[in-house]
Amino acid sequence: MEPNIKLRVSQIEKSFPGVKALNKIDFSVRKGTVHALCGENGAGKSTLMKIINGIYKPDTGQIFIDEKPVKILNPIHARSYGIAMIAQELNYVPEMSIEENLFLGRLPVTKYGKVDWKLLRKKTIEFLSAEGLPYKPDQKLKTLTVSDIQMLEIIKAINNKAEIIVMDEPTSAITQREVDILFKKIEVLKSQGVSIVYISHKLDEVFQIADDITIFRDGTVVESHRASDLDMDKVIALMVGRKIENVYPKEEIKLGDKLLEIKDLCSTGVFKNINFHVSKGEIIGFAGLVGAGRTEVMRAIFGLDPITSGHIMKDGQKVEIKSVKDSIKNKMVMLTEDRRRYGIIPIRSVMENASISILEKIIYGGYAHEREERKIVGEYFSKMNVKTPSLETPIQSLSGGNQQKVLLAKWMLRNPDILILDEPTRGIDVGAKFEIYKLMSEMAKQNRAVIMVSSELPELIGMCDRIYVMNQGKITGELQKSEFCQESIMKYATSTI
Amino acid sequence: MKFRNNRVMEKYSIFIVLFVMIIICSLLNENFLSTGNITNIIKQLSVAAILAYGEMLLIVSGMLDLSAGAVLALSGVLSVSVYKSSGSLIIALLVAVIVAVVCNIINAIMVTSFKAPPFIATLAMQTVARGIALLFTKGQNILQLDNYVVFGQGNIGPIPVSIIFLIIITIIIWYLLRHTRLGRSLYAIGGNEEAAVASGINVKLNKYKVFIINGILVGIAGVLFMSRVNAGLPNGAVGYEMEGLTAAIVGGTSFSGGIGTTMGTLTGAFIIGCLNNIMNLIGIDSYVQQIVKGVIIALAVIWDIHSKTKKTTKVVLVEEKEKVVSN
Repeated sequence: MEPNIKLRVSQIEKSFPGVKALNKIDFSVRKGTVHALCGENGAGKSTLMKIINGIYKPDTGQIFIDEKPVKILNPIHARSYGIAMIAQELNYVPEMSIEENLFLGRLPVTKYGKVDWKLLRKKTIEFLSAEGLPYKPDQKLKTLTVSDIQMLEIIKAINNKAEIIVMDEPTSAITQREVDILFKKIEVLKSQGVSIVYISHKLDEVFQIADDITIFRDGTVVESHRASDLDMDKVIALMVGRKIENVYPKEEIKLGDKLLEIKDLCSTGVFKNINFHVSKGEIIGFAGLVGAGRTEVMRAIFGLDPITSGHIMKDGQKVEIKSVKDSIKNKMVMLTEDRRRYGIIPIRSVMENASISILEKIIYGGYAHEREERKIVGEYFSKMNVKTPSLETPIQSLSGGNQQKVLLAKWMLRNPDILILDEPTRGIDVGAKFEIYKLMSEMAKQNRAVIMVSSELPELIGMCDRIYVMNQGKITGELQKSEFCQESIMKYATSTI
Repeated sequence: MKFRNNRVMEKYSIFIVLFVMIIICSLLNENFLSTGNITNIIKQLSVAAILAYGEMLLIVSGMLDLSAGAVLALSGVLSVSVYKSSGSLIIALLVAVIVAVVCNIINAIMVTSFKAPPFIATLAMQTVARGIALLFTKGQNILQLDNYVVFGQGNIGPIPVSIIFLIIITIIIWYLLRHTRLGRSLYAIGGNEEAAVASGINVKLNKYKVFIINGILVGIAGVLFMSRVNAGLPNGAVGYEMEGLTAAIVGGTSFSGGIGTTMGTLTGAFIIGCLNNIMNLIGIDSYVQQIVKGVIIALAVIWDIHSKTKKTTKVVLVEEKEKVVSN
């Protein structure tokens, strides 16, 4: 055994009804290092972390902290062992102030049992100024952006004097600048002897900060190495268990006529004078920083939000889009961002989640044709490689990547001309990403059009024919394929013409 | 295949509960299974079951109706008085349905256009409807209903009219949930309203529809109730919405929306109906009966939450959050 092992798990197993989530997991984290966990969604990383945090109980196996066997009963108990977890889904109370959220569950009290607001305020101010954060302690959390809240979460964990911090996709919702701040923070923590378990799908980040990397696949540990002994291709190959030759399966398609044209679209206070078009067989991208107005434009085109002026032309004809229904009638569909909020209906079955888009095709002549429904949906699921125990499984028990594939299937069942994708690959694994890229290529090959909003520049550059860049509610640049490079996109994304 | 079996068990557990209950009841009292008693049980539970369908549809789509009992009384007394002046059963029935539908359209306006939480909106309607019922009758019961009692007490052939109503309504509600786009849309709306909107479902229109259906059901229940007691009672049916809610919840309707079935709700109504009946048959004190019913509701809700916790990880997380907050 190596010296300085802070956390070790041995032969951990965990089953859920129908699936073995973890199978004989051995894994250890050295003191003062960053240990990255890589693996596709559903590979078991998050399950293992939930066991370490006491949310799940393992069926068998043992956890050791400082080489002493421990039993972790719940997250509060885990905290007493110095374990803190920054969950993928943020845990906060929007209606409470920063100070209350920071000290949630540990509010200081006077000797009479009353909350000591003065001490709380003092501690919070000390803390915020030490971290160099420009917030007021009585600001309500709901007034902050997601990335601010993510930073606060991270700081909260550190504030807990944690010795082991689990970070599950900490950078999925924060900007590059904050990622840099976070990484600096991690370096400081390391030097203080804190161990960090870092889960991320962004492999470039992983290689930037990880000391050790463990790769999960299908509930087992495939390999565990020093980061210096691995490279990105090797990690991807180990994660998916096969080699993906071409990460971006984009094909050259001869472009047809203009399929969709947006003219002078405005929405007061949200976006202004949006002009763009997409042709048959084309994939266009929308780049920009978080809050640039890309999602808002797409939501308006899809009929989810109102517009104040401007119009939408399809096949050279002006079309009225006042609701999602109008949009669907014009064969335009949109995979919305934030799967949990706008996408899935958690407790309903995967089949219903998919067939909701084609109700008139399965419910006609006075009754529901369930057999046809099973057939249509089932065929599409196998085409898109959706992994689900059955068609009746509630969608919430699927991994993020599979949920996303179900939602895509739902829209593809409508056989759309135009597919709008808003951050389609956020938080999903390499394999599912590849399926989505393949589908985009397929759409283009059939002379249909794809519009992709993404914050991941490599995928925009890899998949698109043209890229529009937005900033502060305006389109600030348009790049042809020959002009694609990360630097010029970032330049437009921060310019204010 | 363990997974599937669990689902099947879960799906039919409520029917098994009823079955076991019937066996126990028949052992406790030999009259329980007599035709007369069974008919009596169904007659008595029909009003609650019809209200339960309305509540179930509303809960499935993420809402509820606290005004059902009061609106039932209002539409009932208006229907009774229209019958007394017109003598037409058809018009009396129509009046009850129209009054209850109007009340529910107002509920729907408050909920959809003014974004009032259904709990508050229908609570306000409860107070208003009860007030109008009392104002209209000056607080007096309307007596001597003559032929009006045919709804609640009459028979067509060997079958009581109220049971015929219950059967027809059950079939319609089952069909609605299972075989129409409305049904699927309601599950989607209750399961995740924002996702339903983004999927092209007209949430507002569907909420109107479900309130209107609830209105029709409440109106019919009003007629059945008044004719069963042979009086127009402006103070009648107090708390009947709770009877409906109880049957729906016991029948497996999930209070967080998106889950609920017609047969489950009917079974829930039967469980409550049998419970009431057997407790009367073996002479249990009526105060004790209330306690027993309360305990049953608590158990049903605990069961509902427990079975969801097993199924999903998300619920676990939410509970953890609550734990942290409450500490």
